[in-house]
Amino acid sequence: MFEELTRRLNSALRDLRGRGKLSEKIVDEALRDVRRAMLEADVNYQVAKDFIRRVREKAIGQEVLKSVRPAQVVVKIVHDELVQLLGGEASTLDLSSSGSTVIMLVGLQGSGKTTVAGKLALHLRSRGKKTLLVAADVYRPAAGDQLSLLGEQIQVPVYVASGKKPVEICAKAKERARREGIDAVLLDTAGRWHIDKEMMQELVDIRRKVAPDEILLVADAMTGQEAVNLAKEFDALLDLSGVVLTKMDGDARGGAALSLRAVTGKPIKYVGMGEKLDALEPFYPDRMASRILGMGDVVTLVEKAKATMDLSEQRKLEEKLRQKTFSLDDFLSQLHQLKKMGPLDGLLDLVPGFEASGIVVDEKALVRVEAMINSMTAQERENPKIIEGNRKRRIAAGSGRTVQEVNQLLRQFAMIQKMVSGMGERGWEKNLLSMRSKRRKGRVYR
Amino acid sequence: MAILNRLKERLSRTRTELIGSLARVVRGHGCLDAELLEQMEEILIRGDVGVETTAKLLEGLKEKSRAAGQLKPGQILAILRQQIEEILGDERSKESSLPLSSTPHVILVAGVNGTGKTTSIAKLAKIYLDRGRTVLLASCDTFRAAANEQLEIWARRLGVGMVKNQPGADPAAVAFDALRAAQARGIDVLIIDTAGRLHTKSTLMEELKKIKRVIGKQIQNGPHETLLVLDATVGQNAISQARLFHEALGLSGILLAKLDGTAKGGIVIAIKDRLNIPVSYIGIGENLDDLERFDVGKFVGALFSDS
Ligand SMILES: Nc1nc2c(ncn2[C@@H]2O[C@H](COP(=O)(O)OP(=O)(O)OP(=O)(O)O)[C@@H](O)[C@H]2O)c(=O)[nH]1
Ligand SMILES: Nc1nc2c(ncn2[C@@H]2O[C@H](COP(=O)(O)OP(=O)(O)OP(=O)(O)O)[C@@H](O)[C@H]2O)c(=O)[nH]1
Ligand SMILES: [Mg+2]
Ligand SMILES: [Mg+2]
Repeated sequence: MFEELTRRLNSALRDLRGRGKLSEKIVDEALRDVRRAMLEADVNYQVAKDFIRRVREKAIGQEVLKSVRPAQVVVKIVHDELVQLLGGEASTLDLSSSGSTVIMLVGLQGSGKTTVAGKLALHLRSRGKKTLLVAADVYRPAAGDQLSLLGEQIQVPVYVASGKKPVEICAKAKERARREGIDAVLLDTAGRWHIDKEMMQELVDIRRKVAPDEILLVADAMTGQEAVNLAKEFDALLDLSGVVLTKMDGDARGGAALSLRAVTGKPIKYVGMGEKLDALEPFYPDRMASRILGMGDVVTLVEKAKATMDLSEQRKLEEKLRQKTFSLDDFLSQLHQLKKMGPLDGLLDLVPGFEASGIVVDEKALVRVEAMINSMTAQERENPKIIEGNRKRRIAAGSGRTVQEVNQLLRQFAMIQKMVSGMGERGWEKNLLSMRSKRRKGRVYR
Repeated sequence: MAILNRLKERLSRTRTELIGSLARVVRGHGCLDAELLEQMEEILIRGDVGVETTAKLLEGLKEKSRAAGQLKPGQILAILRQQIEEILGDERSKESSLPLSSTPHVILVAGVNGTGKTTSIAKLAKIYLDRGRTVLLASCDTFRAAANEQLEIWARRLGVGMVKNQPGADPAAVAFDALRAAQARGIDVLIIDTAGRLHTKSTLMEELKKIKRVIGKQIQNGPHETLLVLDATVGQNAISQARLFHEALGLSGILLAKLDGTAKGGIVIAIKDRLNIPVSYIGIGENLDDLERFDVGKFVGALFSDS
């Protein structure tokens, strides 16, 4: 997630790095881009505005202007602000209460409540907690069946009572939990609009009746500007204890995370990373922020690269970057190196700037790229600028691709070339190196 | 936490004070200046129209005002509205007769997880039933828990048949069986439900393509309609969704579900503008009658009004 935001922030911040000096004007220019990036990532209009204002206040200050490397200071400010907005430290479920802990899941239609109920049940069960799933959605066709099947999959009992009202179901389930010494009770409620008075009242009634220890808002990571309104309403009526952000396994930029957090002030506790029940992860604000800045993943990449990349190859590349002689041959060998590291999918967009080049990174695309590069003469690979009409047609014919595809490759290569030469010049490697030493908590979201 | 509280306050104030209707803001302001443009930008972006399309719309407005001199509020609104209607306008969505291109007329329904596919399919079936057509449903979601059961309940309520298979079965095989059954029974409309999937998962997108291929082999020009179901609360990610589903399947239209909330679904403007995929239907509730043909005028009207 946050890929696009990352890309935009990267380009904005790269500019800052390039200039060396940080004037009010430059900060404003860059922050205009940051603002746009945030809006494109679905961060709420007002949240984005506020964020920009705060960063601006901090960025245009003595400290920044006097510092040796002003760009890094700005990077740090943007990063810190994002971490702060996202919630500082990671936070998960509180299971300390004596007796059965009751966890209630609420949210809009189709946001992923039932799936999250299954995921949390699996999580709790595997930590040795006796868990009970409760089907409190009496509206959606086959909602009870869905939860029952999930419960079966993970061997967690499911309380279903047909013909009863949700409030009654939840109360009865809690009673049963107490009787049977169950540690955790998960209430799967029906999806509803935050503006539906009657349906929201139902949740208020459940809350009053069973006094849940946790009320989690389950929200879709792809949610747009509406995220603030729904979060505000749910929080106002139910005093949420946290948020679960689902469907983070896609390419949603996920700006909703910032919005949800900003209006409720409640922590995002988990993220859903897939449809399977084990696809639940804790939420790490710093990873998310790093991801936004396009730095965190670099660490993962560098670590992975260290393990698999040929060191002498690596040195050669670094030398080429310094001398700005990165050619199509080098590009091809880089792609091969990356391929060795494991599934390409997702790896390349860990490299700042790569994503912006629009290069498609699946294996098939690699084969195509390889075929085209192989159809070039040594001279062409060294200096792609000389590839004009006739040469393009020859390369296309030789590789069985179209001229458009050759054009696309050249365009993308030009972008990469520009990007890597910028890296060589401005000490991006130093950045990478300094981050190598920084320990990380593990995989970064994508 | 102080910052958060402050922000919270500001947001609640913002909602009541700022997010009025475009109409109100424009009328209240009078002339087209930087301040009004910013207010309009905010409203459009908060309607999920997106930065790029919003900029394009406002640029168009500025151009008109440069050419025509100072615009009156009524003119500003009319121009903006006209621009949006022009983007959204589509001949196909004007057809109210729902012609059947062949028997059976096959409609394939796809989309990311939880957008409203299954429910919308039930409503779509209702529309055809109301026009005296016979309908068969195919449950090609063999993945999600109780997907069969869910569609089955709708089929029973509608009094239509449904073809299904075991969970885990090949969805393309289910589509094939359903198409055979529809042909054998002389059914008018076959609607195919598919499992929700994120557009970025290439194997799952391949699975969809296979369903489409199987249908295409069995019946000429099939599927005759391919609908992408979008959730109206979705943000800018919908562009990526539309692009990748379109690449995989060649979409005939969008079904914009859950438009009965306060989200405006403005992203469909950007989608039509960039990818030329029209909106065919809107979903406005969880009951069988809550599906309507897309009406550009009404949609834009809602975008301009209070939420
Ligand atoms: N890819 C992906 N899909 C998810 C995730 N979480 C849930 N889903 C899918 O999203 C769809 C909706 O999930 P449900 O759990 O049924 O949603 P719900 O909120 O209970 O829906 P209602 O009860 O109708 O309001 C299903 O297809 C789930 O498999 C996730 O983290 N990633
Ligand atoms: N308010 C409202 N709710 C809707 C609408 N369409 C669907 N829903 C609700 O959204 C939730 C998900 O709907 P489904 O039809 O199961 O969605 P789906 O796309 O088939 O989900 P998966 O198969 O899990 O990907 C259900 O609770 C529906 O009742 C609509 O137009 N308005
Ligand atoms: Mg549910
Ligand atoms: Mg479905």
